[in-house]
Amino acid sequence: MSEEEKKDYAESPINLEYHYTAGSATTRFLNQVKEGKIVGQSCPKCSAVYVPPRGSCPRCGVATNIEVPLTDKGCIESFTIVHIPIPGNPIVPPYVCAMIRLDGANISFLHLIQGIDVEEIRIGMRIQAVWKPKDEWTHSLENIKWFTPIDEPDVDVATLRFQES
Amino acid sequence: MSDQKDLLRAPFELAYNYKRSSGPLMSKFFDALAEQKILGTKSSTGKVYAPAAEFDPETHESLSDLVEVGPGGVIESFSWIEEPKHHHLIKNPFAFALIKLDGADTSMLHMVTECDEEDLKIGSRVTANWSATIENRITDIKFFTLEK
Repeated sequence: MSEEEKKDYAESPINLEYHYTAGSATTRFLNQVKEGKIVGQSCPKCSAVYVPPRGSCPRCGVATNIEVPLTDKGCIESFTIVHIPIPGNPIVPPYVCAMIRLDGANISFLHLIQGIDVEEIRIGMRIQAVWKPKDEWTHSLENIKWFTPIDEPDVDVATLRFQES
Repeated sequence: MSDQKDLLRAPFELAYNYKRSSGPLMSKFFDALAEQKILGTKSSTGKVYAPAAEFDPETHESLSDLVEVGPGGVIESFSWIEEPKHHHLIKNPFAFALIKLDGADTSMLHMVTECDEEDLKIGSRVTANWSATIENRITDIKFFTLEK
């Protein structure tokens, strides 16, 4: 880089400092995550199961006051292969971010997929959580290192659509 | 419902490591700061914008005629900060002020310190104090102080 080019750029970092308060529903959820358990919350009206729970059912507008223990198995509802590195992110591209639909849940959440060639990933693939060692568990879904494919038949994601009972 | 005191809380910092391209004209403005000079731009109407502006907001012309302004100027408006927070660059009481530099027709935002709130008036004369470290940023002007 020439001297002239270097001068044309100025470091201009922006830092936003927040104090995050989890709220009642997320606190309940994260306290279970700390123990290695995934517990969703269910709507008393339409019975939809939310994980991670936000405390209310967006469909019915009521509090999700029923705790529903879930497994750490599910399927890939959608995914993206990331090729561009993000500054400060230790994961080396290409890697896969996927929307994970746990068995028994009616919404999905974002997590990593590892342990498979990125070209092999497909929607509907069965996956299971790979947990960090127990002594590293905190109040965070990062207790799960990533999800990895398991030897089970694919799921037709169209069947996952919520059906009102 | 959990008790308020049982809720999980954590500090969270969101950081964007932007690099900003100053462009050809503003690069000259920032380079000049390293030489303890403040530049403005003069439009065809004779109006001087300081800090330098790339375009005239009135005539919409592209500006390139750089002129030196300051380092003294006049306070046009100010807001006193009695208790600076941790993110403020000055730890003692100071003012954010709009300062119309000598030779300029517009004012620029900077800080005025080493004075009491009562000492500041709209129309007070101030002058630039330079930072010991040069980073080609507006903070190369450390702050302004009242002219002695």
